[in-house]
Amino acid sequence: MKQLMLGNEAIARGVYEAGAKVASAYPGTPSTEITEYIAEYDEIYSEWAPNEKVALEVAIGASVGGARATCAMKHVGLNVAADPLFTAAYTGVNGGLVIFVADDPGMHSSQNEQDTRLIARAAKVPVLEPSDSQECKDFTRKAFEISEQFDTPIIVRLTTRVAHSQGLVELGEREDIPLKPYAKDPGKYVMMPAMARKRHVVVEERLEKLTEYSNETPLNHIEWGDRKIGVITSGIAYQYAKEAFGNASFLKLGMVYPLPEKLIREFAAGVETIYVIEELEPFIEDHCLKMGIPVKGKALLPLIGEYNANLIRERILGQKAEKLNNIEEEVPVRPPVMCPGCPHRGLFYVLKKLKLTVTGDIGCYTLGTLAPLESMDTCVCMGASVGMAHGMEKAMGRDAARKTVAVIGDSTFIHSGITGLIGIVYNKGTSTVVILDNSITGMTGHQHNPTTGFTIKGEPTRQVDLVKLCQAVGVDRVRVCDPFDLETLEKVIKEEVAADEPSVVIAQRPCALLKHVKFNGALRIDREKCTRCKMCMRLGCPAIVDRGTHVEVNPALCVGCDLCTKVCRFNAFERVGGDHA
Amino acid sequence: MKTDVLIAGVGGQGQVLASRLIGAAAILEGYAVRTGETIGMSQRGGSVVSHVRIGGESLAATVPFGQADLLIGFELCEAVRNLKRLSKKGRLIVNTQRINPVTVSLGMEQYDAGAMEETLKRAAQDAIFLDGYSLAREAGSVKAVNVVLLGTAVGAGYLPLSRESFLQAIRDILPQKLHDLNFAAFDKGYELGNRAVEDKTAQIK
Repeated sequence: MKQLMLGNEAIARGVYEAGAKVASAYPGTPSTEITEYIAEYDEIYSEWAPNEKVALEVAIGASVGGARATCAMKHVGLNVAADPLFTAAYTGVNGGLVIFVADDPGMHSSQNEQDTRLIARAAKVPVLEPSDSQECKDFTRKAFEISEQFDTPIIVRLTTRVAHSQGLVELGEREDIPLKPYAKDPGKYVMMPAMARKRHVVVEERLEKLTEYSNETPLNHIEWGDRKIGVITSGIAYQYAKEAFGNASFLKLGMVYPLPEKLIREFAAGVETIYVIEELEPFIEDHCLKMGIPVKGKALLPLIGEYNANLIRERILGQKAEKLNNIEEEVPVRPPVMCPGCPHRGLFYVLKKLKLTVTGDIGCYTLGTLAPLESMDTCVCMGASVGMAHGMEKAMGRDAARKTVAVIGDSTFIHSGITGLIGIVYNKGTSTVVILDNSITGMTGHQHNPTTGFTIKGEPTRQVDLVKLCQAVGVDRVRVCDPFDLETLEKVIKEEVAADEPSVVIAQRPCALLKHVKFNGALRIDREKCTRCKMCMRLGCPAIVDRGTHVEVNPALCVGCDLCTKVCRFNAFERVGGDHA
Repeated sequence: MKTDVLIAGVGGQGQVLASRLIGAAAILEGYAVRTGETIGMSQRGGSVVSHVRIGGESLAATVPFGQADLLIGFELCEAVRNLKRLSKKGRLIVNTQRINPVTVSLGMEQYDAGAMEETLKRAAQDAIFLDGYSLAREAGSVKAVNVVLLGTAVGAGYLPLSRESFLQAIRDILPQKLHDLNFAAFDKGYELGNRAVEDKTAQIK
């Protein structure tokens, strides 16, 4: 039976069919749905880990314990998990260990555009790269086999367009893979220098064997066509190239590390001009050039952003697309915005009013950078807000700390903000950290985390108490506050910033999109009372619209959170239907 | 028979479901299908595009520029934003409802709906403009606007798929309690699409 599946959904199906038993992950676009779909299979134990490093460690443990195990993350998550990855390459596996990493060319939802293949090469871990949903499933099953055959962790690399596109997938049955016996083996699993020196030799020998495998496996294959043009490509770029070149010859690489040198030479000998089509880094291209094969790639195509069939036709074949209806200049840009009713809006309104320097973090609240709230000064990576506020204090002095706050979400704080806070306390900093506790991991689409009190399956579990946690690491000033109580929030932030010791403000209000969050229904503006002072516009609420002649509320968007009523000095907002707000 | 469809709108309008329904209907009629979605940060009130490619060989998940056979605009300026992907012979279905981007609400940019409608009319000979929200409301919920627009596309013959396949796709994908609402929404759109094409044919005669 064939079924239409997202790439991420097909990965989950592959994990299921491969008989895997354990999956751990931290959400991150575009990888999140892999684990959400895995959680729908009761045969697989699945969980949200506090961060990607923990997720990979859990998966390594499960593998050593004898199970087929997996974890999924976005490209920047692999940076967090790099430490266990590099050494798991030395220990190897017991049960198959497959790591799914989703890159984001074009940065649809990311802070950088790094290429996972480079990290995999540095870690000496093989990489498969599927082009569509069917391959997502097939390569996943293959990856478990390779992992066990060569005693190595393996990465399956996705990109946004593979992870988030749907294609037809032929479903199969779940394999019955019994737990492998666990045997104590310090020479393999305890990486002290004496053991690690021996294991490094194993790693290098394994890479040679994997290169041989890469030459033989049908994952890498030649599709002979017109021999004038030969295209070496993989992943989503294969699809673009197929569409652009039609009947050229292709060397399609499903295994992109280690590369199949023999096969590449065979292909090169059979075609006149060779192009390498790959998004982001010249990974395949550089390898071919090192082998002395004159390929063309990045000289013609960009290092930056996503590719498409038009781009390839234009840059390589010199075929311009038909005169495009190029009228984007007529259209207003539509940046993402905080939703109506978003609890973060109240905090950023206050931070802007207080003219504070705000070290920011990764989540919905990063949108606090955009007009009109424009509060955030920095955003680097998960957890960076806390360490950066401390660094700014140490560089600029204690007075600077009186004008600075770090802002971080609940899930991000658990992911890697807590370590920064411990650093502040230990190193005698006086920073103020605001934790935006909206009871969920918001930006990636509502996943549970250790602060929500529920597991990935929605089962109740022990909830991290943020107040106690902060107190336990030595923060004496911990205050909890509703970000929609603007007056109190302003007072609390002023006091905590002024305090000559570290403090934490927990701005607590659930995400407006959570099902249990109920508001009172839409508001409207009484035009007789409204003086058009536009104070309400400073909230950046998408439901409040400046019509030029007047300001009005879009009743289809307004949820009735009433934040605007707190900034309006003229009581101009009233509830549709009559009740005064 | 290869048909490339683009669905353009604002996060939250139900584009992903619309592309799933087209995909499911296409499979029922024996076509290969591939879609590309926007999921993630831009969903928060940002521009959202779904690409749906029906029939043909294994293809990339995105429709190249100047190649879409049908552009379904869930919102006026999002339709204009994606015109560059429409082929010269491509057809248009546009929901005339306008959702102001925050840049417009704040008075930083203009939203010239009149000029946009003109641009759209120039870009495609076959174009249907409709107030999809009103039809969805009549059917029972404004949320069904996505299904209204699919109905219009099928009713007008702009999608090479049958009404029956879509009704089956609705049955297969949506929970039962939503079936009647979505059948009604689909048929509201279907009738309008049907009528629009008949009127046009009558005019030409």
